[in-house]
Formats: sequence, structure tokens, C-alpha cells
Amino acid sequence: MARAGSLGKHGFLLVGALVAAFPFYWMLTTSFKDFAEAAKSPPVLWPSAWHFENWVEAWTYPHTYWARAFLNTIFVATTTTLGVLATSVLAGYAFARMSFRGRGVLFAFLLLTLFIPGEATLIPQFVLMSRRYLGWYDTYTAQIVPFLATIFSIFLMRQFFLGVPQELIDSARLDGAGHLRILWYVALPLVRPALVTIALIEGLASWNAFLWPLIITSDPLIRPIQVQLVQFNTEGGSRYHLVMAGAAFVVLPILAVYFVAQRYFIEGIARTGIRG
Amino acid sequence: MAAEVWTARARAAARDRRRRLEHLQAYLFIAPALLLIGVFHVLPGLAALAISLTRWGVIYERFAGLENYAAILDPSGARFGEFVNALGVTAWYVLMTVPVEMAIALLLAFVLYQGTVGRGAYRVVYVMPYITSVVAAATIFEWIFDANFGILNEALGVVGIGAQAWLREPRGIFQMLGAAAGLGVPDALAGPGLSLVAVSIFTVWHFVGFQTIVFLAGLTSISRELYEAARIDGANERQILRRITIPLLSPAIFFVAIIASVGAMRSFNQIYVLTNGGPLDTTRTVPLLIFHTFFERTAVNGIGLGSAMSFIFVLIIVAFTVVQFRVLGRRVFYG
Repeated sequence: MARAGSLGKHGFLLVGALVAAFPFYWMLTTSFKDFAEAAKSPPVLWPSAWHFENWVEAWTYPHTYWARAFLNTIFVATTTTLGVLATSVLAGYAFARMSFRGRGVLFAFLLLTLFIPGEATLIPQFVLMSRRYLGWYDTYTAQIVPFLATIFSIFLMRQFFLGVPQELIDSARLDGAGHLRILWYVALPLVRPALVTIALIEGLASWNAFLWPLIITSDPLIRPIQVQLVQFNTEGGSRYHLVMAGAAFVVLPILAVYFVAQRYFIEGIARTGIRG
Repeated sequence: MAAEVWTARARAAARDRRRRLEHLQAYLFIAPALLLIGVFHVLPGLAALAISLTRWGVIYERFAGLENYAAILDPSGARFGEFVNALGVTAWYVLMTVPVEMAIALLLAFVLYQGTVGRGAYRVVYVMPYITSVVAAATIFEWIFDANFGILNEALGVVGIGAQAWLREPRGIFQMLGAAAGLGVPDALAGPGLSLVAVSIFTVWHFVGFQTIVFLAGLTSISRELYEAARIDGANERQILRRITIPLLSPAIFFVAIIASVGAMRSFNQIYVLTNGGPLDTTRTVPLLIFHTFFERTAVNGIGLGSAMSFIFVLIIVAFTVVQFRVLGRRVFYG
């Protein structure tokens, strides 16, 4: 009885894992088949010959800019992540550890802005980027600057800075340290988990960004990989072995990071309930 | 004496100066964040309502009062039909994804919680789809769902189910099932298109891992002593589930229900990649309709109309969430 139950349990978990993982397997194996084998019926689960040249063909396909797209995404993701860390560390520290007039009001104001929904702001943000106002259409600036501060990161940093023992800060003050010095040498080393969480969340969000760059850029030389993949999917059409190679370009780097840092990712999800 | 007064004054002045400096420094610390959020978040939020009251296509034309709202909400208005269709599609999409995701995720979390060999490995695998970008994952599923060469049709063929067009199939599933059983189902009861079912299957696949982790974290935080105490008092497994596990897990269930429904209503990327709203608008949810309306701006009033649609949609999401809070929130147990 107990054995049957545990067999059922294992069967259930295993089926779940197979369903979760199979599309990745199918993407990889398809990407190494030739055109005829990719479309063969019944389907071929293991390529009879490994066509590694597919990846080269997909990478150098006419009208694609994979290398450039990767550079764009890496550049945008890095600057955005570093920027978010800087703004949220400073603001989080000030809200948690410094006294100034209007602190409560300003923090309440930030809380309120959480209720402004993304679908209402998309079109006005687009208008704001147009030549009539900022003139940022088709620039990196438009892909970076609007995302340099997030309310979530400020809250998280504030929360962590509130947990730094007051005695540590007091003794540093007695030694004559200013806030900047305390922040850098005393508080920051103690809030590393928050920094890692924010970096992962922001990095992932930038890596996966799609709708905003899609509407705010048209120049293929500054578009990120997600937009490039959709473009390639259209160009490649039914040449699915090449399209799957393109999908692999986008998927594999993030999965590699995930496998290395999976503990932080899963903790971050469990702790904050972030949704991508 | 005089010197003492002088030094006391000097000290007070120095303290004041230090305090003023600290205030100034604090403002400098928060200024970048507040400025960015103000300009790129608050300002557009305020502008949204104003823009929805204008005629605005390629360029700003004029103030239009409630014209855009009338076009969308008045049954004889030009955009009424497509907006109602989009609302229906969105509702079906939420219904076909959220409960299914939550049921599977709860089961997975329960089984994982009971502890098995390789629990950590299972967790890592389940989260893989969620970490992958929606765009890339949807590209893979386009291939799996392919009507001619897709592996899903091949697999169903093995169990004797005929090939389907999936993402290209606009016919309603109730009608298709009815036809398979030899019944004629009227168009009014045709149900959501098979295309939307396919998009929903993808969505469930992509988000189940996220929910499993949240539920698992909820289960892990329930104190083991409670279970032991209940067992000592002679409670059976069913009573433990009903009296301890479910009440103590209810905040997590409630949180996931809210996040998942709002997320499903707002979904854009997967639908854009898989079907772009087609075939015959059977997967055109409200965000897709807003996007299409907005991109028609070269021809007509896309920015004005799109903003009005966004605004109405936001009100609907808020109303739905309030109802969820009222109906579900009351049953949540917060210790």
C-alpha cells in the first residue's frame, strides 16, 4: 500500500519533470537535425547525424544581427542592473537610516505609485519618448533610463537596511564616519543577499525584455535578442531546425546562469513572489 | 564664562549645520530614484487619463471629450464589438489557465513537501520554464503545436486522435467536441477557440513552476509541531489537511490566485508570439487589442483610443481584484 502510494508519487513527479523539460530537449535536438529529419513523420527523437553547422547558419542568416543583438542586450541589462542597484541602495538607506523632513510623506508617495498599472502607462511612456518630448525613439537611452529605479528594489533595500544593528552604525558615527562611508563599509556588506536578489531580478527582466523595445525601436542595430528572435522566427518561417537554433541562442545563456545560481533564483521567487 | 557660552553656541550651531547637511545629503540620496519614478511612472500615469480624452494618431489632433469612451462602450460604437470580444477571450484565458496552474502546482508542492529522493533536482527542473523568456519558450511551442510537422499531433496520432491545427484553429472547442460526438452545437455555445486552448496550455506550462515554489515555501513554513500535536490528539490525515494545512496555506493560495489572474489578464508576449491575436481574433485578449489599436495610429486615432481602452481595462482589473479580495480574502487565515 505504502509502496504503491510512493510509486504513484514518483510517477507524478517524474511526469511533471518530463513535461517541464521536454520542450528544451526538443529545441536542442531539432536544432541539430537537417531540414528533412526535423519535419519527418514519425518524429525522430535522436538525430541520426548531428548538424552542428545549423547553428552557424542560424547565426549568420541574412538580415539577422545576433552578435549585435547580444551585445545590445548585455549592455542594456548590465547598465540597468547597476543603475537599479545604485538608486535603490541610496534611497533604501536614506529611507531606513537617515532622518530628514518629509520622509514619511515621500515614502507613502512611493507606496502609492505601486498602484499605477503598467497597461495605463505604456502609451503615455511611448508618447514621452517621441520627438515631441524627449526624442528618445530608437535609442539605448529609451531602453535603459526609464528602468533605472524600481519601487520594489527600494522597498527591499529599505527592509534590509532596517535590519542592520543600530549599534554598528552608532559606533561608526562615533569614529567620525559620514553616511556615505557607513553605507559603503558597514551597511552594504551586511545586505548582500538583497543585492543578489535585485541583481538577479533586474538582470532577468532586462534579458527577457520584449514589448517595450519592440515598440520603442525599429533600428535592428540597437534591438535586443528577444526582438531579434521574433524577427528571425518570421524570417526563418518553416525552417524550424534553424529557428530552434535561434531559440537555443536565447535560452541557453540564461539556463546556464540559472543552473549555477539556482539557489538564489528559487529563494528569490519563494521570498518575494516575483513574476517575470 | 563668556568663553563657555561661546563654545556652547558654537556647538549648537555646528550641530544645526550637521543636521541640515544630513537632510541635504538624504535628499541627494533619494533624488535619483524619486526623479526617475516621477518622470517615467507617475507622470505617464497622470497623462494616461488626459490622453484618452483626445484624438491622437500620428500627431495630436484635438480634445475629444468622451468620444473615445463612447466608441468603445456604446453598443453602436465603432469599437464596441471588438472590445467585447477581447473581454470574452480574456475571461476564457483566465479561466483556462489560473485554476489549472494552481491545481497542478498544489499537487506538485504537496508531493514534493512529503519529501522524496531528488527533491532539489525536481525543483530545479520545474522552475526551468519560468526562468526562460516567454518569447523563446513560445517560439519552441510554436514548433511543438505546428499543424503539419508538430510533435504534439504525432503524439496524439499514436492514441488515435486526429491532427489538429492548434494555433491556427479558430473553431470553438465545445463545437469541435460536439461535432466529434455527432452533436450540433450552436455558434453561441461554441466556446473558446482551440487556438486559445493551445495558448493556455503553453501558459500553464510556463507558470506552474513559479506557483509550485510559492506553495512549497508556504508548506515548509508551517510548523511541524502542529502536525505532531494533531497526530498525538488522534487526528487523521484528512482532518489535518482540512484543519491545519489548508488554513495555514491559504495566504499563499490567495496571493497566487491574485497574482496569477492579474498576470493572465495582462499577458501579452506569449499571445503575440504564438498567434498575434488570430485566427479570426479568437486569441485577441484586451492587451493585444490595445496593442493593435495603438499601432493603427498611423491611420487613425490609435493613441487616443488605445489609452481609453487601457483605462477601461485597468478599471476592470481593479474591480475584478476587489471582488477576489472580498470573496476569497474573507476565507484567508492569517494566524
